[in-house]
Amino acid sequence: MKKIIYVTSVIPALGSLFVINRVEPYVLGMPFVLFWAIMWVCLTSMFLLITNKLDPANKEEE
Amino acid sequence: MNAALLVILFFLGLCMWLGLQARKGKNMSLEQWAVGGRGFGGVLIFFLIAGEMFTTYTFLGASGGAYRSGIPPALYAFNCFYFVIAYWLLPPIWKYAKKNNVISQSDFYDKKYNSPALGVLVAVISVISIIPYLIMQLKGLGIIVSETSYGTISPNMAIVVGVIAITIYVTASGMHGVAWTAIIKDIMILAVVVFMGIYFPLHYYGGLQPMFEAIDTAKQGFLIFPEQGLSISWFISATVMTALAFYMFPHMLAGVFSAKSPKSLRWNAGIMPIYQVIIIFSLFIGFSAILQVPNLQGPDADLALFKMAKMSFDPWFVGVIGASGAMAALIPSSLVLTATATILSKNIYKVWKPNTTDDQLARVSRMLVPVIALVTLYFTFNGGESIFTLYLMAYSFMAQLFPALFFSLWKKNPVTVQGAFAGMIVGILIVIYSTTSGTTIATLFPSLPQVIKDLDVGLAVLLINIAVTLGVSAATRKPAIKVEEENREVTELGKLVK
Repeated sequence: MKKIIYVTSVIPALGSLFVINRVEPYVLGMPFVLFWAIMWVCLTSMFLLITNKLDPANKEEE
Repeated sequence: MNAALLVILFFLGLCMWLGLQARKGKNMSLEQWAVGGRGFGGVLIFFLIAGEMFTTYTFLGASGGAYRSGIPPALYAFNCFYFVIAYWLLPPIWKYAKKNNVISQSDFYDKKYNSPALGVLVAVISVISIIPYLIMQLKGLGIIVSETSYGTISPNMAIVVGVIAITIYVTASGMHGVAWTAIIKDIMILAVVVFMGIYFPLHYYGGLQPMFEAIDTAKQGFLIFPEQGLSISWFISATVMTALAFYMFPHMLAGVFSAKSPKSLRWNAGIMPIYQVIIIFSLFIGFSAILQVPNLQGPDADLALFKMAKMSFDPWFVGVIGASGAMAALIPSSLVLTATATILSKNIYKVWKPNTTDDQLARVSRMLVPVIALVTLYFTFNGGESIFTLYLMAYSFMAQLFPALFFSLWKKNPVTVQGAFAGMIVGILIVIYSTTSGTTIATLFPSLPQVIKDLDVGLAVLLINIAVTLGVSAATRKPAIKVEEENREVTELGKLVK
């Protein structure tokens, strides 16, 4: 379990560093480079909440 | 007296009332005052730590950056590393702090390395970094209030009144006051920024995409990273450096210590990114100003949001925006005041007078609040350029505290107290040198590829810091008993220095 949560928590950090440097296509009205960044922030939230759900440390501390 | 001013004064009064109300039923011991008795659950911690993302930056810097330079500063506002680091780093810090009764950031180093002298060094570095940060928040406050009161209140007047207000409730309620006012501040900012971020693009351009298309046509290359300067490699290195420095700030760690359990910190790390997304609305405001108020030069670019607001809304609503902007400056400042008073009393005053009891220390901390406020005011009005230079260095300074903290969380800490000292001091000296002399990787090694030349200097310094820390540690590592003696010597040295 420990290994899985390392992976799920690191994916968003690394993903956000792959900048796709282009204006088109526009997504949700935003230039692609901006949309891409926002998407990764949202994914970070998702991945960290999953990590939190799986993290055995939360149970040990009860 | 206009409508805008009335609204701003009303919210200032509300903040003070809430801040004073927050201490009801609490016996203000040092732990209660400095870290809220380590009793804040998920929601309060969220507003306290996540709220730190909504400062004057949301109103001035973010929209101003997008207005001035387009995509690079805009994307810099989003930092996924903050949260991943928060998830893994903050719970172990919290656990150690709880077990060893740590109440301030420099206290953590003092106890981990069993060296009050290291605590003093960290306290000094932190105060030098954090006072300029405080001053920049106050200058922001002055600009925001004088803009939105249509000039009826001068910036200096606004700063003085604001500082008096937070000094009163911080002295009385400490961390409790900060946490409760943080909630109302965030709700206000959220409402105001989201509304304007949607309204301006729709009203002036007929939507987001038409707005960005218009900007792309008018200003070629404004919506992507350039080949050099603020390039992708600058973005990546600056992102990582800022994230490492972010939690080293004394007020951030004070927020962490006031959590009730590590669980709330982990949950918080998962929810915070959603909050950061809201800054996008602030960026939309900045982008919308590019073609509407095109001639803001230099520092005036930071006024983009307020120029747009005054052009579009009635005075009373401009007042609401001003009130949220004022809170965006004042609440983080009150957190900084609390944390600064704590490190000064606990890690400098107490090292100087070791016999002080916790009750006396609580009184000293609270008495220090007006003193720090006065010193800050003095430098706000008389500081000049040097304050701005210090402000630029603040993040790089705080990043230098990272290695010693990070390695101390390992099961077997590879860093000795000498190593920690050496790494921090070398790091700080290089940061000062490179900032004041304008040295960057590009000026040192002009022949390197552009990708390396654009790297953030702070990150390079951090690598040198880690090398020095580990190198000196390896050279000074001794059997356990000798380390004890060594530490005692350093403690004595710390007293002499003081």
